Amino acid sequence: MTTELSVNAGTLPRRSLFHRHGWHIATMALAAIVAMPLLLIFSGWLQAENEVWRHLSETVLADLVGNTLVLLVGVMLGVLLLGVGLAWLTALCDFPGRCFFDWALMLPLAVPAYVLAFVALGVLDYAGPLQTQLRSLFGDGVWFPQIRSTGGVISVLVLVLYPYVYMLTRSAFLTQGQGTLEAARILGLGPWGGFFKVALPMARPAIVAGTSLALMETLADFGTVAVFNYDTFTTAIYKAWFGLFNLQAASQLASLLLLFVALALIAEGRLRGRARYHETGCRSPQQRHHLVGIRAWLATLAAASLFGLAFVFPVLQLLLWAWEVVRNDLDSRYLALLWHTLLLVSLAAVLTVCGALLLAFAKRYRDDAVNSVAVRIATLGYAMPGSVLAIGVMLTFTGIDNFINALWRLFGNAASGQLLGGTVAALLMAYLVRFLAVAFGPIDSGLGRIRPSIAEAARSLGAAPRELLQRVYLPLLRPGLLTALLLVLVDVMKEMPATQLLRPFGWDTLAVRIYEMTSEGEWERAALPAITLILAGLLPVIYLVRRSGHDAPSPQASPREPMNKSGRRWV
Amino acid sequence: MKNLICFLLTLFALATATPAVSADEEIVVYSARKEHLIKPLFDAYSKMSGVEIIYITDKAGPLLARLKAEGANTPADMLITVDAGNLWQAAEQGVLAHVDSKTLNSNIPTHLRDPDNRWFGLSVRARTIVYSTERVKKGELSSYEDLADPKWKGRLCLRTSKKVYNQSLVATMIDRLGEKKAEQVVKGWVGNLAVPPFSDDTRIMKAIVAGQCDVGIVNTYYFGRLQKKDPGVKLALFWPNQKKSGVHVNVSGAGITRYAKHKAAAIKLLEWLSSAEAQKLFAGLNMEYPANPKVKPDPKVAAWGEFKGDDSNIAKAGALQRKAVMLMDRAGYR
Repeated sequence: MTTELSVNAGTLPRRSLFHRHGWHIATMALAAIVAMPLLLIFSGWLQAENEVWRHLSETVLADLVGNTLVLLVGVMLGVLLLGVGLAWLTALCDFPGRCFFDWALMLPLAVPAYVLAFVALGVLDYAGPLQTQLRSLFGDGVWFPQIRSTGGVISVLVLVLYPYVYMLTRSAFLTQGQGTLEAARILGLGPWGGFFKVALPMARPAIVAGTSLALMETLADFGTVAVFNYDTFTTAIYKAWFGLFNLQAASQLASLLLLFVALALIAEGRLRGRARYHETGCRSPQQRHHLVGIRAWLATLAAASLFGLAFVFPVLQLLLWAWEVVRNDLDSRYLALLWHTLLLVSLAAVLTVCGALLLAFAKRYRDDAVNSVAVRIATLGYAMPGSVLAIGVMLTFTGIDNFINALWRLFGNAASGQLLGGTVAALLMAYLVRFLAVAFGPIDSGLGRIRPSIAEAARSLGAAPRELLQRVYLPLLRPGLLTALLLVLVDVMKEMPATQLLRPFGWDTLAVRIYEMTSEGEWERAALPAITLILAGLLPVIYLVRRSGHDAPSPQASPREPMNKSGRRWV
Repeated sequence: MKNLICFLLTLFALATATPAVSADEEIVVYSARKEHLIKPLFDAYSKMSGVEIIYITDKAGPLLARLKAEGANTPADMLITVDAGNLWQAAEQGVLAHVDSKTLNSNIPTHLRDPDNRWFGLSVRARTIVYSTERVKKGELSSYEDLADPKWKGRLCLRTSKKVYNQSLVATMIDRLGEKKAEQVVKGWVGNLAVPPFSDDTRIMKAIVAGQCDVGIVNTYYFGRLQKKDPGVKLALFWPNQKKSGVHVNVSGAGITRYAKHKAAAIKLLEWLSSAEAQKLFAGLNMEYPANPKVKPDPKVAAWGEFKGDDSNIAKAGALQRKAVMLMDRAGYR
């Protein structure tokens, strides 16, 4: 609803304060919601914690920062290579199995990183079945790469995080006009030249959005690195909190992490400069580049092996483990777990996507300092380790509760105890704070590709702001919206620490169940909730992916069509 | 748009419409002990007494932060957590109440509860040495300290120092040997490691079976679980430090929160948990040792043999945990 009011602000003569500052009010409100928990975390600095800092910097801090940087670089290279390469193959080339891999390559998104980590370790480590088998065949000296290593962590993270880049880049490639690439060809560029000089730079916002999601997830990750016992900056945060019992120092460390992310994002923005990435001219349906012979089969092999490693392998292994325990562990509570998971996930996804839509429109209509700062703040939460963020949200809500209770007592009433703290509202807010960035990326880059002149034309034809939104923007944004919805759905489903801390009594989800088992090292028993989670996550992935596949060509490839239709009615 | 709003409102209504429970007959528990280890007990108690138990499980750290933040408005009546370090910290931060109960005082030995009676150990876990029966002779083993000896070079497997069990173990060593000597021991361990530390105890045992290393330090119930799956597993437990200090033991335990709304009912539950009837189940569910000395451990657990446990008060482990973490960082123990 706010969106409509705010659209008014952009189109109607300036009248009231609200109309003039509609966008600012809306974005700042959203930024405030996100900023509140983050500020509470930053407030850790109010208390000096010299001892912890001295200890960490004298002992482990240098190593941890080094490890984190190595991890970031490794994951970045990996997701760029896999994500962009595969997006190029499936969106613009043709090879055997392309139709299948086009959507199948998104499926690893449903596999939580910590699940792939414990599956990989369980199967591939020295004591696992594979190496044991190899030793019995070839003797003890047989060489096998060390799994619990930097390379191992990077591989696992890349395998689960590349779909962010793949999805966003793929839809960017799909919506790129053939005209631009054709022009490049005519001007003498080969297929590689066209890729590097035209397609890639044009897809840059999408690639950057996907990569920064993957990197923020890497920074915030604790589950995967814990399984590998690989120490990163997050480890220091948890060490300060759980080992040294110093939540202040932990928040200080966490806020440094945020600062780093904020600076990195600003730097990227600067590098990009004022370039804009709208589509120009009309687009004809994509002509795919037909790969032939060995190249075609190499493409198939690459896609198939990746899909096998990142999806088929963990799913099969989980099924195998789950089969062993299903008779004892599967009970009626699984229905409740599934129901809670799905309910929370759909509420959170819709809420978060609406928030992101608001931010993206605000940025489009009013790209001023206030809005860009608000957008930056609102999309920071993704880089925050889940537990720390959960504490921030919890402090916000208990603060509100305690305040209301104090007021209540002031008027002579008995305290009513918990009001908001233990409700779904707290949990939804945590999801909103954490995943706004995930939804914002695809929506913003989708919006960026819609030429302002389309909206201007609609307005000049007399479209009311509401119609503009419903008949022009939403249809054109559909692929971006679906991507955003899908990403948030799957991310919320996998989310663990905030769900654990903030869920109302009795609201266990599948992720909570996985934690209960993995924290005690019972990997096999964790397989049952894990496979249920993956299958539940697959439903939205498959549904949304197929829809986006069908929808993409119609509103996106020929943007004039909805205009014509609507135009007839308007005029 | 309207459809979407209707859909959201319906979902939200569903989400908030959790069935209300009658307020007098309930106890609210925050538990860091896993659901499958406490639910059977709660179910039994509810069946017996008619009192409803509502609980939420999470890690100790976040639960403690939540208790602190909620302050006087907390709905929680009881905090259950694993490890003396966490219990000590909860008492230190003032979220637990002093409890005066004859039943608890007689059921739980002094060294397994807070000197000020703010928390009570309910099950005992022994952290001991596990070894390969193929490559190690029992006579080679003697104490935790001995694992720092160069004869174990490349033969030792350890769990990560980030796990509170190891922090407590090192804390008791600091108490016993002093910081300097304890640091030497830990450095010796690190030097003897066959592979970087593992993320859990089960992996240590699997690595020993696979031949990656020969000895390790684990909690006994992990060994019990493995043995249950594979009775012929070529591993055995060794009870170290029997001449002097005894095997390092820790507890999982509980306390009543300072601002409990159902304090009397919660104390009753705690008393029941320390009773013979509940203790059998409490320890048995996870193959731990009962905290109540009148209750015998599960026959499978008893089969590992009797041992002398460290009987200095485990609250010390909590107080020294910070030092232990810093010491392990200095020693390069990841």
